[in-house]
Amino acid sequence: MTGTWLITGARPLGGDPADVLVSGEAVAEIGPGLDAPGSQRLDADGLILLPGLVDLHTHLREPGREDAETVASGTAAAALGGYTTVHAMANTEPVADTAGVVEQVWRLGRQAGRCDVQPVGAVTAGLEGSRLAELGAMADSAARVRVFSDDGQCVHDAVLMRRALEYVRAFGGVIAQHAQEPRLTSGAQVNEGEISGRLGLAGWPAVAEEAIVARDCLLAAHVGSALHVCHVSTSGSVEIIRWAKAKGWQVTAEVTPHHLLLTEALAGGYDPVFKVNPPLRTAEDVQALRAGLADGTIDCVATDHAPHPLEDKETEWQAAAFGMTGLETALRVVHEALVQPGLLDWAGVADRMSARPAAIGRLSGHGRVAPGEPASLVLYDPSPREAVDPASHASKSRNTPFAGMVLPGRVVATFLRGRPTVLDGKLAW
Amino acid sequence: MTHAADQAGRDPRPGGSRARAVLEPAEIKRALTRIAHEILERTSGAGDVVLLGIPTRGVPLAHRLAERLEQVEGRPVPAGSLDITMYRDDLRLRPARALGHTEVPTEGIDDKVVVLVDDVLYSGRTVRAALDALGDIGRPRAVQLAVLVDRGHRELPIRPDYVGKNLPTSQREMVRVLLTEVDGQDAVLLEREGS
Amino acid sequence: MNRHLISAGDLSQDDAVLILDTADELDRIAERPVKKLPTLRGRTVVNLFYEDSTRTRISFEAAAKRLSADVINFSAKGSSVAKGESLKDTALTLEAMGADAVVIRHGASGAPHRLAGWVRGSVVNAGDGAHEHPTQALLDAFTMRRRLGRLDGLRVTIVGDVLHSRVARSNVLLLSTLGADVTLVAPPTLLPVAVGGWPCSVGYDLDAALPKADVVMMLRVQQERMNAAYFPTVREYSRRYGLDAARMALLPEHAIVMHPGPMNRGVEIAAEVADSVRSTIVEQVANGVSVRMAVLYLLLSGPGQGA
Repeated sequence: MTGTWLITGARPLGGDPADVLVSGEAVAEIGPGLDAPGSQRLDADGLILLPGLVDLHTHLREPGREDAETVASGTAAAALGGYTTVHAMANTEPVADTAGVVEQVWRLGRQAGRCDVQPVGAVTAGLEGSRLAELGAMADSAARVRVFSDDGQCVHDAVLMRRALEYVRAFGGVIAQHAQEPRLTSGAQVNEGEISGRLGLAGWPAVAEEAIVARDCLLAAHVGSALHVCHVSTSGSVEIIRWAKAKGWQVTAEVTPHHLLLTEALAGGYDPVFKVNPPLRTAEDVQALRAGLADGTIDCVATDHAPHPLEDKETEWQAAAFGMTGLETALRVVHEALVQPGLLDWAGVADRMSARPAAIGRLSGHGRVAPGEPASLVLYDPSPREAVDPASHASKSRNTPFAGMVLPGRVVATFLRGRPTVLDGKLAW
Repeated sequence: MTHAADQAGRDPRPGGSRARAVLEPAEIKRALTRIAHEILERTSGAGDVVLLGIPTRGVPLAHRLAERLEQVEGRPVPAGSLDITMYRDDLRLRPARALGHTEVPTEGIDDKVVVLVDDVLYSGRTVRAALDALGDIGRPRAVQLAVLVDRGHRELPIRPDYVGKNLPTSQREMVRVLLTEVDGQDAVLLEREGS
Repeated sequence: MNRHLISAGDLSQDDAVLILDTADELDRIAERPVKKLPTLRGRTVVNLFYEDSTRTRISFEAAAKRLSADVINFSAKGSSVAKGESLKDTALTLEAMGADAVVIRHGASGAPHRLAGWVRGSVVNAGDGAHEHPTQALLDAFTMRRRLGRLDGLRVTIVGDVLHSRVARSNVLLLSTLGADVTLVAPPTLLPVAVGGWPCSVGYDLDAALPKADVVMMLRVQQERMNAAYFPTVREYSRRYGLDAARMALLPEHAIVMHPGPMNRGVEIAAEVADSVRSTIVEQVANGVSVRMAVLYLLLSGPGQGA
């Protein structure tokens, strides 16, 4: 369905209305009163135009847990959320620690065709944390892996983390750390604090994240390499990252939509839909994370989309799996948590949800809306306010903590290199 | 006593102008004295009588009767209380009620003549529950019933042995017994429903 | 009262006093020849015990049977539960059997909350993970009131592994609702991080706390905690936090010693203390039946679920 599209009356990055002409795979022109006879028209009056969103942290579950999600269903969910690239984390079965598995995931993404899938390679073989995976082979593969992560697990051994950081300098890679000191969080279920004491659940102390973040910033600086911190969740981590950046070190960071909006109080009813790793924390942490994203200390929003089948969530809390879905609600949550209170404008959203994650992922062809750039775009209607309905989600899983919550906005259309993947809020095919 | 208990839950102030007194304090006194003499007559001296009042107001009445019996016979007559809440037949119809106090005198009830004492006899269901409760405590030789007021409208085959006053009523009326030990004054009031 | 009893914190002062007063009356049933009341005839109470606890289960069973309820016991071993049946499926089975009340003991905090969402009957928490054990707190309060005549202003000191103790949590909540003055004494490693926000005082020195205690409640300490570095050795724990005869002598004359059981004699409590006249450990067990009878009566009277 490529050809030409004339999108009229859109507001690029929230600015004044303009028309956008898409021709083939690229944006041809942006300006008022454009004319393009023979092109398909999309009336985008009042809609915000953003570059296609880029997620640095998604779990597509394939290969191995296709009962929870597949590359096809996950990328459909991504497109409905306005995403044009997702980075698929490596904790699949088998683990994505070889060229073979990452290429498989990459091909599945191309086949489904709704969203680019950029595989993330494991840092250690089997995510076991004892020896490095073949990072070079993954970098050279068709998947061209640049982001490496053991997410789900922490690379807690300091020597191994140092080696990984050093090794990826050879090909401009980045190590994305899931910061969680394992011994301090053995059996942890919820944030350590008021809630863990009241509920009788083992606590996950903030220091277990902050100690690793601090250590890794120092390591990255020491070896001159690039560190990315996954799902920052505490105010202390934000301060450490701010300090590291002030020193000019190559540290980037992401925050999830749920950590920008939800607090530990929600765990009070023992409903495992609110069980996630790292856990939901205090209102003070939420404020610090919002401020950090607004001032750029936190570079981007990453969903950590973690689908789980019903039987893994409909249990007692400590038997339930950790994780929440997020692709289809991310933009609406960021709208509610940052744009509504005036902390970030739409240009800021474009930066945090598209340009910067694309840069961290070392991706070209995403993150900008300009003539000559690939036409990967999202059109978003900021005006409606509706309850989130998981039954309408394209993801195979329903574990969203926002079920029933009234959130603003609606993704109306998503384009991937000039081809619409979502039109009128529904999958285009 | 189902209905008196309902009334007991309400405002203790007499029901205003729509209530009328059917027994004055002096009449109550005389009625209890007469009942005490009737008990002595029928039990040949109350030698093995045990009085058990049904909470709330049956209990002070039982103690007043015991006093009178002692005055006449010159020896104490055991008196106590028997709460029947757990034996009610309407437990499933209302939320759980607080329990009243049960105190069976140390001599027990085996082979005794138990006189149950209550303020108002109405449907008879309270007494039925009391009979079941007695059965789980022991085996009396006989069980008799003394009430201050019999207002009719029995729903079970239960009849009193000793009655202070027979008071025909309509089911839309309410009988309220007030006793000094509980309410600060003695009176029996008849109220029209809705007052 | 609520439909369920899951947390001691759910009970208002009136609710709690009603339970204690009701238990007081029901206690006398034990002295009768016929130890039975017809009150819950026709109701079904299910004991759903995922953790082995013969004592608590028998206590609930006796309570239910004394009220003429039918009792069904579901224990984790050798049942579909052991074969991996989920809590939800077990709940649906109980629903199909028409359980009016489910008494649940489970190793996971919050299991009774989840169960309450899947059954129409009343859920009674008989202990969930490290969260709560409300009927234990009720029988403890009942015992204190019986022995000492009051609860308001009573000074209660709870000693031991508070961090992992559902008994401690329920007791702190219930006793503060009833107006008692609670102090927790433990090594810092065995106190929850946010204990400062609890309605009680906290101390690390047992000897300083004892002269001011009307009640000392000793919590069981598990050997496994030593392996996770909560304290260096059992001997050191016992030396600093164990109630031996010498420490018992520091207590005011009227003070009583309590323990929810099972005891580690010689660790948190010396044998001679456990067997002394101050100890309420045996009567706590008997009081448990009366208190559980009161709870079942107050939860299950009234229109049933599905009525």
